[in-house]
Amino acid sequence: MTVLDKSAQLTRKDRGRHADRLFWALCVSAGFAVLVILALILITMVKQAYPAFSAEFFTSSTWIPNDPDGDGPAKPVYGTLAFLYGTLVVSAIAVVVAVPVSIGIALFLTELAPRRVRTAIVTLIDLLAAVPSVVFGLWGILVVAPAMTPVYNWLHEVLGGVPVLGALFGEPRSSGRSFMTAGLILAIMIVPIITSIAREVFATVPDSDKQAAWALGATRWEMIKGAVLPHSFGGVVGAVILGLGRAMGETIAVALVIGSSVQIAANLFEGGYALPAIIVDQWGESTGDFTAALIGMGVVLFVITVVVNLIARFVVRRAEIRMRGASA
Amino acid sequence: MTTTATRPAAAAPVPADLRRSALPLRRRLTDGFSKSLMGLALLIALIPLGLVIFHVASRGLALISWEFLIEDIPNSARRAGGGMGPAVAGTLVITGAAAAMAIPLGVLGAIYLNEYGKQNALARLIRTMSDVMTGVPSVVMGLFIYVSYVLVVKEQSGFAAALALGCLMLPVIIRSSEEMLRLVPDELRQASAALGARRWKTTVSVVLPAAISGIVSGVMLAIARAAGETAPVVLVAGTIFTSNWSLDGANTTLAAQIFKNAGEPFVAAQDRAWGAALTLMLIVLVFTIAARLISSRFAIKER
Repeated sequence: MTVLDKSAQLTRKDRGRHADRLFWALCVSAGFAVLVILALILITMVKQAYPAFSAEFFTSSTWIPNDPDGDGPAKPVYGTLAFLYGTLVVSAIAVVVAVPVSIGIALFLTELAPRRVRTAIVTLIDLLAAVPSVVFGLWGILVVAPAMTPVYNWLHEVLGGVPVLGALFGEPRSSGRSFMTAGLILAIMIVPIITSIAREVFATVPDSDKQAAWALGATRWEMIKGAVLPHSFGGVVGAVILGLGRAMGETIAVALVIGSSVQIAANLFEGGYALPAIIVDQWGESTGDFTAALIGMGVVLFVITVVVNLIARFVVRRAEIRMRGASA
Repeated sequence: MTTTATRPAAAAPVPADLRRSALPLRRRLTDGFSKSLMGLALLIALIPLGLVIFHVASRGLALISWEFLIEDIPNSARRAGGGMGPAVAGTLVITGAAAAMAIPLGVLGAIYLNEYGKQNALARLIRTMSDVMTGVPSVVMGLFIYVSYVLVVKEQSGFAAALALGCLMLPVIIRSSEEMLRLVPDELRQASAALGARRWKTTVSVVLPAAISGIVSGVMLAIARAAGETAPVVLVAGTIFTSNWSLDGANTTLAAQIFKNAGEPFVAAQDRAWGAALTLMLIVLVFTIAARLISSRFAIKER
């Protein structure tokens, strides 16, 4: 028998109790900061942009912000349709190019590569993600755009006569700054994101499924097709939507290479504009209603990306739950 | 099962031919083809990476020097010479201030999520919303700070840019720190509690030190990302041609200068953009490598 030390006070009646409360309050308020910031973004920006929201803001593609008494109309016109169109086209190109590449890399990493090669490649892909977007933009405008012009010319010559493709692959601009260049640069930038999520998804495929495929005499590709891909479909869709969200919000690289012209053109080799690109491009020269219109486009962009992100998280989470059920 | 089966009077079983060459040609070809496609995908992604690094290094190295890093930016884009001193200073000051704001907030938020909130409704909401906030485009964050801060104080400043970058870093730090806190084994918390330590004491002196390497590496990656952010700086920091080491008043960063000079038709400006790009890449690289070293050297073994 030991004698209990009478001095030990195990009740909660000492000063430390307040410290505990204080620390808890500190942590909760830090957590709340996220919610507060998101709410503030919506409230303050909508308030500022409110005067810009009109029917023509969403339905017109005429953008004449600074010419109230020249040869243009008497009043500035803020129609944003052309920018919305540019954003959609550019991110569509990016997703179409990036998705097969990312899935290929993710499969290579999870199913094909030996462990040592795998870590090296993951490091390289992470490095790709670490390159700042403005550096891609610089490279895009000074190296890629001029280098791609002959390629575009060739594509135009080959495909220009084909009915539908001919419209998409029209006469290229001499500078090479176009929807296509912006989409390609964006594709490079979203590959690491889609790859890393797809990799996580592929890694959750239960080993028993794969071994079953092996046991049936499947080749590696048949194993991937029969066991890995069906299992990961939902998660990969989520990854693609996340990449799409990222592509839509990407600003600087697109602003540099998209060609800065306000138009809705089917020709992918023509210049255009995207929502985020026009905001940074024309910010310096804007005042009053013009600024409000740019902020209004920021609100539109915010809403789009939040919705896209929520959908992506929802899809990924649902796929995760289903996969856990399958592997249990 | 064993009683009813009658052994079929078959010939001795031929062992299955399991060699790869026994597969039908079509299956072998599809297999090989799909594998080479995967390799090709990897190549497609790595070529641009190699080219970017090559171009930035070769064009930037010609320019970069100690003078380039400290001299003022010429106020005419046409003029050759000069340097990126103000941009280097601005990058360090603004990113530093952003980190100083976002790190404590982010780590405390992560502690709330993992140590207190766990799976309750508020914690789940905060978790989802920080994921959403990670997806908010940087240009929107810039507009937000412009509307809610620059318009109020009526001055574009380095501090405004730091606020915007801080907002961009916050959700990244919260989520990565939470991941790291989750790896800390519960036994440590229980042992600390059994010794009579209070919750906050346990968290600060047991849980945090155990997770610190992972948290630091996540923070470093967030800093590297923030240092390269351009749009918010362009929107809220203003322009400047001489170094400003304070948070007050207009400022600029390497990323903003690359953006500005890349669009110029003058070779001198484009050269400066390449030089700034190399400088920025080196800064980002240092932080990324440091993050990797720290996380691999001191990682908690995943259980």
